[in-house]
Amino acid sequence: MIQSSFVARDDALSWGRVMRERQKVAHPRFCDELPSLLRDPSAASKLPVGLLRSYGDSCLNGAGALIEMCGLDRFMDFDAETGVLRAEAGVSLSELLRLSVPKGWFAPTTPGTRFVTLGGALANDVHGKNHHRAGSIGRHVRAFGLLRSDRGRQTVTPQNDPELFASTIGGLGLTGIVEWVELQLARIGGAFLDVEIIPYGKLEDFWPLAEESVSDYEHTVAWIDCASRGEKSGRGIFSRANWIADSAYDLHDDRSWKRVFIEAPGMALNRLTVGAFNEAYHRANSAKAGKSRQHYAPFFYPLDAIGGWNKLYGRRGMLQYQCVVPRETQRDAIRALLDVIADSGQASFLAVLKTFGDLPSPGLLSFPRPGATLALDFPFRGDTTLKLMARLDAIVADAGGALYPAKDGRMSGDMFRRSFPKWGKFMKDPALESDFWRRVTQ
Amino acid sequence: MTDRSQHIVILGAASAIAEATARIWAQSGASFVLVARDTSRLEAIAANLKTRGAKEAVAWPLDCATADASAELDKMIAALGGLDVLLLAYGDLGDQAEMERNPEAAAKLIQTNFTSAAAWCLAATAVLEKQREGALIVIGSVAGDRGRRSNFIYGATKGGLARLVEGAAHKLAPIGARAVLIQPGFIDTPMTAQIKKGPLWAKPEQIAPAIAASAQNGGPIIYVPGFWRLIMLVIRNLPTFVFNKLNI
Repeated sequence: MIQSSFVARDDALSWGRVMRERQKVAHPRFCDELPSLLRDPSAASKLPVGLLRSYGDSCLNGAGALIEMCGLDRFMDFDAETGVLRAEAGVSLSELLRLSVPKGWFAPTTPGTRFVTLGGALANDVHGKNHHRAGSIGRHVRAFGLLRSDRGRQTVTPQNDPELFASTIGGLGLTGIVEWVELQLARIGGAFLDVEIIPYGKLEDFWPLAEESVSDYEHTVAWIDCASRGEKSGRGIFSRANWIADSAYDLHDDRSWKRVFIEAPGMALNRLTVGAFNEAYHRANSAKAGKSRQHYAPFFYPLDAIGGWNKLYGRRGMLQYQCVVPRETQRDAIRALLDVIADSGQASFLAVLKTFGDLPSPGLLSFPRPGATLALDFPFRGDTTLKLMARLDAIVADAGGALYPAKDGRMSGDMFRRSFPKWGKFMKDPALESDFWRRVTQ
Repeated sequence: MTDRSQHIVILGAASAIAEATARIWAQSGASFVLVARDTSRLEAIAANLKTRGAKEAVAWPLDCATADASAELDKMIAALGGLDVLLLAYGDLGDQAEMERNPEAAAKLIQTNFTSAAAWCLAATAVLEKQREGALIVIGSVAGDRGRRSNFIYGATKGGLARLVEGAAHKLAPIGARAVLIQPGFIDTPMTAQIKKGPLWAKPEQIAPAIAASAQNGGPIIYVPGFWRLIMLVIRNLPTFVFNKLNI
């Protein structure tokens, strides 16, 4: 019987591709391999990881080793009557949908890529465009199997161990190895959505649009042009959608002909190209304004159509900045953030603005909370980028906001503690560590 | 897919290549007997195949390398209610240096990869010959195409098995049944975890469709990915004085 072990690899990079430290990685395929990997003395600490879609260092462990869980990708049970699915933690959202969509079920909420594992979705308590209806994904987790170095195996539910459940949802993979997840899926009447695109001219127009859409639309989000300044500052494209119940259950296709094979030259994304892209994107979408029928893949996962798009940021990679600011301060704070970003001239073309609803996130370290969340990419340019982000931090901290660990590769310990005031109760597994965790807790 | 691939026995069902192939067959409602040593692994695989559409998936814990092939195969066929495909996917890589020092280690690898595998192939061929339909699919290796200093004991077991399957295919061809040898190139599986990967490497799920389709047609020797046919054509035909200089 084959037992996997750790092998040093250069190709284990997080999605932002900034950190390049060599990682020791094991690729187990079965649960029975995990206890000995957890005990393996060849690495000081371990971290279970999935498809490495986190942007910074929360999915890296250079001083220890990674247990890559993608080989544990089996379904255990699916009840097409109730929509309860149980699967190993390495099953991707893409595979899950392949099974569930033809039977009329969708993920209860989904991030902007389907190439995440269930374990990763749980460990970051991911959210989606339907946050105001569904909350974060942790709300739909009925149970999970957890293997800890100090407690062995246990099945955790919100009822039987509320503390460990709350620690593990959004727990960045640090509370034990999640071996399997039981999830309540959401009923859909078809694979298509009725999508309405509404271009708006400035940030101040976003808020009423968001407010009026919440009650009648299950999905809302806005793309925002961070390069625009002056009168047009914060202009964007608002989109809102509802599922169509026409029983057309077409599946997505992962075989994309669009793929970025090599890292783009560092100069590819600069003020000019980003400005031009944003202008073109704004115009193209303004032309498409109005209602259309769209499949879930282009609606939820537009970037998944271009494999390896993160390589467009070149050899130095990118950092993402995602914050949430409370409802009371959101208008001023987002305004201030956009002004600083536009002035810096460093903004990139992927910026998203969305309002979160009131449904509480179940995790101690869950990111989603009532307010507005802004997410955008910055090509990494060393100190210049870090200084800009520190200025953004000050605005977020002032507003009483938080940063998203899944997107982060540089937040300070102070910023982490402000974002997650309950972190002291976190039930970390002593055998697990990540580069992120070392950074924010030391 | 037609009824032909409905009753499937997989020897070495916990191997990454076998599991990826079984997932494709499961989608068309096949019934499986899944054979490997570890019960818990087999049960995880069986549950997955059933969730993905398999009509039945029976975990059958057994050490293929030491089992009584013919008797066990009869039991499996009785449990399944027929045999349309037998996929033989178990095998070991062995440690060449260790096996050169230690004849017992070499004998063990030969028992696993060749002697026992040959017994299963002969048992399956006899069944297919009698029923005049069905397919035997055997996972070989490009290492069997030409003996190389880095792994010629493993290569010998796979080369020997290749000749056996080729012969079975020749025997079965006139009567409507088939035997197929799959020749995987470099595949990223737990068996090869310690080897540094280059651009020639493929994932099990990339070669699985070709293996699954071989139950219906093609063969008797199928290289996966297909470009390995050309690579091995070159390797086999390299003049000795060139070949001897290659450290492969």
